[in-house]
Amino acid sequence: MNFEFTEEQLMIRDAARDFAQRELLPGVIERDEKAIYPTEQVKKLGELGFLGMLVGLDYDGGGMDTISYVLAMEEISKIDSSVSVIMSVNNSLVCWGVEKYGTEEQKQKYLKPMARGEKIGAFLLSEPEAGSDATSQRTTAVDMGDHYLVNGTKNWITSGKSASTYIVIAQTHPELKHRGINALIVEADSEGISVGPHENKMGMRASDTHSVMFNNVKVPKENLLGEEGFGFKFAMKSLEGGRIGIASQALGIASGAYELALKYAQERKTFGKEIIKHQAIAFKLADMATEIEAARFFCLKAAWLKDQGKPYGQASAMAKLYAAETAMKVTTEAVQIHGGYGYVKEYHVERLMRDAKLTQIYEGTSEIQKIVISRGLVD
Amino acid sequence: MKILVCISNVPDTTTKVKFKEGDSLFDDSGVQWIINPWDELALTRAMELKEDAGNSVNEICVIHVGGASADATLRKALAIGADKAVRIDACPADAYHVAGQIAEYLKENPFDIIFSGIESSDYNGSSVGAMIAEFMDYPGISSVTSVNLDDDDIQVNRAIPGGKQVLKTETPFVAVVQKGIAKEPRIPSMRGIMMARKKPLEVKPAVELEVLTESIKFELPPAKGACKMIDSESAEQLVELLRNEAKVL
Ligand SMILES: Cc1cc2nc3c(=O)[nH]c(=O)nc-3n(C[C@H](O)[C@H](O)[C@H](O)COP(=O)(O)OP(=O)(O)OC[C@H]3O[C@@H](n4cnc5c(N)ncnc54)[C@H](O)[C@@H]3O)c2cc1C
Repeated sequence: MNFEFTEEQLMIRDAARDFAQRELLPGVIERDEKAIYPTEQVKKLGELGFLGMLVGLDYDGGGMDTISYVLAMEEISKIDSSVSVIMSVNNSLVCWGVEKYGTEEQKQKYLKPMARGEKIGAFLLSEPEAGSDATSQRTTAVDMGDHYLVNGTKNWITSGKSASTYIVIAQTHPELKHRGINALIVEADSEGISVGPHENKMGMRASDTHSVMFNNVKVPKENLLGEEGFGFKFAMKSLEGGRIGIASQALGIASGAYELALKYAQERKTFGKEIIKHQAIAFKLADMATEIEAARFFCLKAAWLKDQGKPYGQASAMAKLYAAETAMKVTTEAVQIHGGYGYVKEYHVERLMRDAKLTQIYEGTSEIQKIVISRGLVD
Repeated sequence: MKILVCISNVPDTTTKVKFKEGDSLFDDSGVQWIINPWDELALTRAMELKEDAGNSVNEICVIHVGGASADATLRKALAIGADKAVRIDACPADAYHVAGQIAEYLKENPFDIIFSGIESSDYNGSSVGAMIAEFMDYPGISSVTSVNLDDDDIQVNRAIPGGKQVLKTETPFVAVVQKGIAKEPRIPSMRGIMMARKKPLEVKPAVELEVLTESIKFELPPAKGACKMIDSESAEQLVELLRNEAKVL
């Protein structure tokens, strides 16, 4: 066992940290408050190669390992999770699936521009009536011979408006239940697609979350990902990796809040001493640091398994569950340590607390992670 | 046209400085090393010149005099975009020693422009660039805030008290650069980081050179006194303290 990072992994972590400090920190409060999409920031993130860092060099990606991805996601999420969620969806839900299961033509046409960060991808699984229960897909993709005809509504789609490339999960053979589901690559400007209004969210307010409506949208047959009927499995496989991204995001939110709280606790004085010298505060920080370290190990372990080509579904579910719960707990304590100052926007921790909540919900709620983990125990 | 950028490997600017061996040596245990900030700006400017099609700059090499522990820093320079790195394997003794080593390399491997930072953020020597120019008998320009190449016509701006001076020069020359030479250091891209491994990092033996100075002892500045808070209404009290306690009025 080796706990050392490679020189490259450290370089990537530092690059992500520098980027977050220099490009994301300025304006993060305003972008959150006014729900302004981080156009410039995402463009620069793409130019540096973060949006396609996991994609192989042959397809214009960074060719990085998943450990590096965890490190980069953590650093970016310490400052701005609205940006890191765009990075996570693009890398681990959209690019990953096209690289792993796409045809050579699909990779040339769709993967390369996304890996270069010139185009953004979105992953369209959830529906108004299909969240945790992703099998009950109502969106249909009817086989019309040379194309599929897609109808239905997708909900809560990250990058719903800014993405150019969608991966859409839809039902083709309802009689086969989840084995009749397909995954299709759909161009966002196809005729018949309309995007709903921006969701006015509690946290990650600067990322654009929209519902997307499909009304007789023609999708060429060659845009099918994998085999007929592979769609549901495809979605579940994508989410296995996606969860490493969201777990690392949760880790970053937690460690960002912890770093702020640790600094504040050494500056703020009450009753004649720094509040870190009151044991109640010191012990809070000790718990926070310990849980963050545990969450980090979970994330790195899942990433390592993926890099080794070993099964990682169970590990990524544990990482996501633990990191998300840690993020919620740590950010709440970080607000507490800041007292009244923690409750106002200027001090950042209230934003991190709102952002943390989402990590317990998307890409499988904490309850769903427990279902995944417990099923894995008896498999 | 080829640019050589001198790189100093310095402790991260947030390092808590400690000394060892009777305060005669810097204690580098647990220190994070970075590219000297001025050198990083010089490298950034070199990259900008190479990317600009309006001149003939086509190669950037970074050079460092020091031990193998600096290789990570050199690979970062390669990740940022340098084409090649050279490390002269020596324990850097003083500015004369470092400049002498770089000059020896230059004699065998000529470059058109040599960038050096105005100082290194650790020992603050401020002399390597000027000494290289002297060793090589090249023009050496200090306090450089911009280098522009218009079809290889060279224009260099220098900061002078209260203003700037504009100079013309011919290659080869040494520019000792300071703040302003580039807006901000470049963050290496993911591709750059992956490519760095494939770029050459040459290690050259040092030449024998006399060491002219010897460091005897380091001292830290006295600890900062406690901060006194004065009510914003009490200007008189402030004046009183400045006059009688701080004795600055
Ligand atoms: C900001 C945001 C961005 C999102 N981005 C995307 C995206 O890009 N693409 C996409 O496809 N989706 C996205 N989602 C959707 C997200 O994945 C779902 O919201 C999530 O899976 C939960 O589904 P639901 O909202 O329908 O809740 P429900 O499934 O209705 O769950 C309600 C509650 O019941 C619990 N529950 C449900 N079933 C069980 C069970 N069997 N046992 C125990 N408890 C259970 C849940 O844990 C939860 O607490 C996003 C959501 C949000 C809020």
